[in-house]
Amino acid sequence: MSRTARQDWDVVVVGAGGAGLRAAIEAREQGLRCAVICKSLFGKAHTVMAEGGIAASMGNVNEGDNWQVHFRDTMRGGKFLNHWRMAELHAREAPDRVWELETWGAVFDRTEDGRISQRNFGGHEYPRLAHVGDRTGLELIRTLQQKIVALQQEDHREYGDHETRLKVFQECTVTRLLKASDGGGSAAGDRIAGVFGYERESGRFFVLEAPAVVLATGGIGKSFKVTSNSWEYTGDGHALALLAGASLINMEFVQFHPTGMVWPPSVKGILVTESVRGDGGVLRNSDGERFMFGYVPDVFKEKYAESEAEGDRWYKDPDNNRRPPELLPRDEVARAINSEVKAGRGSPHGGVFLDISSRLPAEEIRRRLPSMHHQFKELADVDITAEPMEVGPTCHYVMGGVDVDPDTAAATGVPGLFAAGEVAGGMHGSNRLGGNSLSDLLVFGRRAGLHAARYAAGLTGPGRPAVADADVEAAEAEALRPFSAEGGGAGGTPGPAENPYTLHQELQQSMNDLVGIIRKGPEMAEALRRLALLRGRSRRAGVEGHRQFNPGWHLAIDLRNMLLVSECVARAALERTESRGGHTRDDHPAMDRRWRQVNLVCRLPAESEEADPLLGLIEVERRAMPPIRGDLLALFEKDELMKYLTDEELTAP
Amino acid sequence: MATGTDPQAGTAPAAGGASPARGGVHHPSRAAIGARHLRPDRWWLAPAVTAAGLFAFVVYSTWRAFANDAYYAAPYVSPFYSPCLAENCVPMKGGADWEVFGAWWGLSPALLILIFPLGFRLTCYYYRKAYYRGFWASPPACAVAEPHAKYTGETRFPLILQNVHRYFFYFAVVVAGILTYDTALGFRDERGEWGHMGLGTLVLLANIALIWAYTLSCHSCRHIVGGRIRTFSKHPVRYRMWGWVSALNARHMLLAWASLISVAAADFYVYLVASGAFDDPRFF
Amino acid sequence: MSYDAHFRVWRGDAAGGELADYTVAVHDGEVVLDVIHRLQATEATDLAVRWNCKAGKCGSCSAEINGRPRLMCMTRMSSLPSGETVTVTPMRAFPVVRDLVTDVSFNYAKAREVPAFVPPPGLAPGEYRMKQEDVGRSQEFRKCIECFLCQDTCHVVRDHEENKAAFAGPRFLMRVAELDMHPLDAAAETGLDRKRAAQEEHGLGYCNITKCCTEVCPEHIKITDNALIPLKERAVDRKYDPLVWLGNKIRRRGA
Repeated sequence: MSRTARQDWDVVVVGAGGAGLRAAIEAREQGLRCAVICKSLFGKAHTVMAEGGIAASMGNVNEGDNWQVHFRDTMRGGKFLNHWRMAELHAREAPDRVWELETWGAVFDRTEDGRISQRNFGGHEYPRLAHVGDRTGLELIRTLQQKIVALQQEDHREYGDHETRLKVFQECTVTRLLKASDGGGSAAGDRIAGVFGYERESGRFFVLEAPAVVLATGGIGKSFKVTSNSWEYTGDGHALALLAGASLINMEFVQFHPTGMVWPPSVKGILVTESVRGDGGVLRNSDGERFMFGYVPDVFKEKYAESEAEGDRWYKDPDNNRRPPELLPRDEVARAINSEVKAGRGSPHGGVFLDISSRLPAEEIRRRLPSMHHQFKELADVDITAEPMEVGPTCHYVMGGVDVDPDTAAATGVPGLFAAGEVAGGMHGSNRLGGNSLSDLLVFGRRAGLHAARYAAGLTGPGRPAVADADVEAAEAEALRPFSAEGGGAGGTPGPAENPYTLHQELQQSMNDLVGIIRKGPEMAEALRRLALLRGRSRRAGVEGHRQFNPGWHLAIDLRNMLLVSECVARAALERTESRGGHTRDDHPAMDRRWRQVNLVCRLPAESEEADPLLGLIEVERRAMPPIRGDLLALFEKDELMKYLTDEELTAP
Repeated sequence: MATGTDPQAGTAPAAGGASPARGGVHHPSRAAIGARHLRPDRWWLAPAVTAAGLFAFVVYSTWRAFANDAYYAAPYVSPFYSPCLAENCVPMKGGADWEVFGAWWGLSPALLILIFPLGFRLTCYYYRKAYYRGFWASPPACAVAEPHAKYTGETRFPLILQNVHRYFFYFAVVVAGILTYDTALGFRDERGEWGHMGLGTLVLLANIALIWAYTLSCHSCRHIVGGRIRTFSKHPVRYRMWGWVSALNARHMLLAWASLISVAAADFYVYLVASGAFDDPRFF
Repeated sequence: MSYDAHFRVWRGDAAGGELADYTVAVHDGEVVLDVIHRLQATEATDLAVRWNCKAGKCGSCSAEINGRPRLMCMTRMSSLPSGETVTVTPMRAFPVVRDLVTDVSFNYAKAREVPAFVPPPGLAPGEYRMKQEDVGRSQEFRKCIECFLCQDTCHVVRDHEENKAAFAGPRFLMRVAELDMHPLDAAAETGLDRKRAAQEEHGLGYCNITKCCTEVCPEHIKITDNALIPLKERAVDRKYDPLVWLGNKIRRRGA
C-alpha cells in the first residue's frame, strides 16, 4: 500500500489562472468542496500577462454592439472552424461575466458616464474590450484571487477554518489523472477518481481524490523556442487529458504573435502589444522600407492602404481612408516579418524594426503606452520615444485543446473530466481574436465549475469512484524515474542519462524551426522523426540531488507533456493540407472550404505506451464539424459564407 | 501537507515570543546570513547628510531663538520673531507685535511662537521619515537592520501624538498668514511709507513663497482639502484643489528643505541688517 | 559580447547555509535572473529559485541583490557596478525554504485578514456607475503585482519578527486603503469601519513612514504618500480628531 498522503475533495481544479479560479469559485458557490492546484504561487498565473482586455458586447461605448455581432466577429476570426455553440455561449455570456467581476471588486477603466470603458481591438467590429490600462489580466487574476479569499473568509466565520470548502495547493504539479472503473457500472467507461501530484517545494507526493477534475492549465508555448509564454506553459492539461483517454482537437492551430521582443536574449519572445501598431507604429526592414505594403494578400487588397500617405491619413480619418497594412491580421504580419528576415533584410538581432518614435511625440507615447515604454526601458535599455524597437514573431497561444462538450465543458470520453480556458479546444477555431481569451476563461471557467459541481454532487457516498493503489504506485514510479534514469524505462532506448535542459532546448529548436509559423510537409515529417528520438532519450532524462525544490527534476517530468503535445501539433499540422488561421502551409497556401468541415482529433491509444518510439504515439482522426444552427448562419451575408462554406452546406435546408 | 498558505510552525503570525535579539534578520527561521546587511553602496550617506542638515538648523535656530536680539530692522522682521507676542518685543511699525503675553514673559519672545512651526515640522510626515532614519536609525536605510531590540512605531505614547499633525497644520496656516503680512510690510520703508523694495523684501518674498508651498503641500492639508472624500466626482472643486495640493505634495521633501533653509536665511539676513553688519540694498 | 562575473549566491535551507562563490558567464543585455538560470543549467543544477513571467509582471522572482530587495528579472546586469561581486540572497524578512526560495505564507495569511470588498446592496451587476476620477486612487494600488518586496524591506517586520502578528505590512495596508477609497464599497453599511480597523486590526500605527516600501516597489506605486499616509489621516478622522467627530455627530443628528 502506497504511503502517499490522500485527501478527499468534491472538485479538483488543476490550474489557478483565470479559468481555474473562476471554475473553483463556481464549484464552491454550488456548495461543494473544491481544491485548486497550481504550479506557481497563488496569484502568479500566466493570465497576468494579458494586456488588452476582456471582449464582451456590453455596448457601453457603441450601442450597436450585441452578442450576435460578437459571435460574428469570433467566427470570422476563427475562419469558421470554431465550434459554433461555444462561440455562441461565449458571446452571449461574456457581459454577465464581466459585470460579475465588478461586484467582486474589479475596478475597470470608466466611460464618461461611469460605465465600464471598452476599447477597439483587431477583428472586433465595435469597441468591445473592457480593460484596465494595459494590465487587464492582472486585474482579472487579482479580482478572482480576492473573491476566493472572500469565500475563505466566509468559511472561517462559519467553520473556524479558512480552507474548509476551498483550498489552494500552490506550487504543486499534477502528473497524472487517476481513474476508477469500479462502482456504478457506467457504460461510459472509466471515470475520474482524483489526481496524483507532488509538492514542488518538498517533492512529496500526494493524491487528491475527487469525482470531478477541471483542467485549466493553459497552453503549450514552452515547446517552442521563441514564445511569450511562461515556464508553466508545458501543456500539462493537454497531456493529462490525453493520458486519461480524452482527445484533443485543432492542435495544428498555434497563434504566433507578430511582435515579440527579439533582444536582449533573456526576454526574447516577450510580447509587444498590438496597440503599438494601432497607435501608429510602423514596421520597417533594414533598408528602412515599410515592407508591409508588399505583403497585402489579394483578399484584403480593397481594405488596406496602397500608399504610406493614405495609411497615415487613416489614423485621423478612418472613414475616408484605408487602414495601413501594419494592421493586417496577426498571421499575415507574422509571416511578412518572417519573410523579410529570411531575405536578409532583418534587424541586427534577427527581427525587424517597429518604430513609434518618429510617429508620435515622446509625451504622447509615454501616455498611451506606459508599460511598453517601461518594458523596453528596463529590459532592453531602449527608449521607444527616441529609437525603434526590434521585434519578431513569437509563439503566443494554442487554439487547440481538449475536446469538450460546449455546454458543460465536459471532456469527451472521460466522465468527470472537464476543461476550460486555453487548454480546451474548439472555441477559437483556427485563430483567436485578441480579447477573446479572457472572456473565454470566464465564460467556460464558470461553466466547467458549475457542471463539475453538478456531476460531483450526484456522486456522494458509495457511488463515488475510488482511486486504485496500483495506479498511485505506478504514478509514483513514473515521477521518480529521473532519479534512476540510466538504461531507460519501458519504450526507452538504452544509453546514458540525458540532461533534461538539453532535451528541452532541442525540442524547442525543432518545433520552432520545423513546425513554426510557416510549415512544409517534409519539415514536419522531419520534426516527427526528431520528436520520436527525443522521446526515446527523454526516458533517460536524469537528474541529481534530491526531491526538494529541484528544478531539473521538475523539467524532466514536464518533458513528457511537452513531447506529447508537440507530437499532436506536428501530426495534425502534417495532416491538414491547407492554410487557415494559425496554420500556414507553404506547400498548401490556400484555404480550402472542404477542410472547414473537418476537425482533426488527436488521441493516445491505450496500448501505445509500449509502442515503438520511432513510430510515434499519437493517432489523428478526421471528424466532421457539426452544422451551424440556421439562425446563427443567418447572421452572415451569403457572399461571406461562400468564402468558407461548401456549396452543399449552403444549399442544405 | 504544505500548501504555502499554511504558515509554517514557529514563523509568521503565531510567533510572538521570539527573543528580540534574534528577532530580526537573524531570526532562526531566516536565511542564515551573519551580516546585518549586504549593501555595498554608501547607504549611510543620505541619513548622515539629513542628520547633519537638521542638526545644523537646530543649532542655528536655538542660538537665534534664545538670542532675543537683532530680529527687527525696519521694515523687516525675522520670521523667527513674528508674531511677537510679549511686551519685551521691539516695537514694529504696524507689524505683528501684539502684547498678548504681557510683561511677565522675560525670555525671548521667539520661544512663544516657534513652538508652532516647530511642532508642524516635528510631526510632518517628511521630517518624521528624516529623523526616524537620520537620528533614530529606525531604520538607518532600506534593508539595513536597525539596532533596536524592540519597535512599536507610532502605536503608543509619545509617538502616537504624531497624529495631531493636522492641528499644527492649522496653526501653520495662521503663522504663514502673519508672515505674509510681514512680507507685505516689507514694501514700506523704515518710516512706514509704501513704495519700497530692498533686497530684504525679496528675501522675505522668497521665504514666504516657500513657506506657503511647504505648508500647502502637507499631507494633512491634502487630506483635508480633498483626500478624505470618497467620491471625487461629487465634489469637483475640492477634487481640483486636491489635484493641486497633490502636485505640490509630490515635492514635499524638496519644499521641506527649501523652506527650512529659506526661513533660516531670512532670519540671518534680518540679523545681518539689524546688527549693522550689512546694509540692505534698496531698489526703490 | 560576454564576460565572466563573480557571483555570491546564498545556498542552504532552514537548517543553515552560506554564500557560495561562482564565476559565471554573462552576455550582453542579461538580467540577474538569466545568470541564475545559467548557474542552474551548469554548476548548480539543484539551485532553487522561484520565477515565472520574466517580464516584471507576476512578482515571483523577488530576492535581494547586493543587499537590496529587487526583482531578479528586472535587474539588468549592466545596472550593477561592473567588475564587482554580485551578491544574491533570498528575502531576509521571511523564513527561508531553500536557496533563493522563501516561505511567503505570511503574506497570504495577512491577505485573509483584510475583509473583502462589500458589494453595494441594491445594485445589480451591470448597474455600477463610477467615474474615472473616483477609481483612480484604487487603480494605482491595484497595479500591485504582489512581489512582497515592500513586505520584505519594511523594518517593522524585517527587524522584528515579533511584530508579524500585529502588523499587516505595506501591501495589505494598501489593500485596506484601496477598499476604503473604492467609491462603491459598502463595508460601512455592514458595520465595518475600515479606517478604524486599519489602526486597530492591521497595525497601521507601526508604520513610521520611512518609505522603504515605496523605494523598492517595482511598479512605482507611491505606497507611502498615496496609501499609508492618507490611511493614517483617515484613522485620525476616526480616532484622534474631535472636530471631525463632533461634525459627524451633529450631521447625524441633523439628518
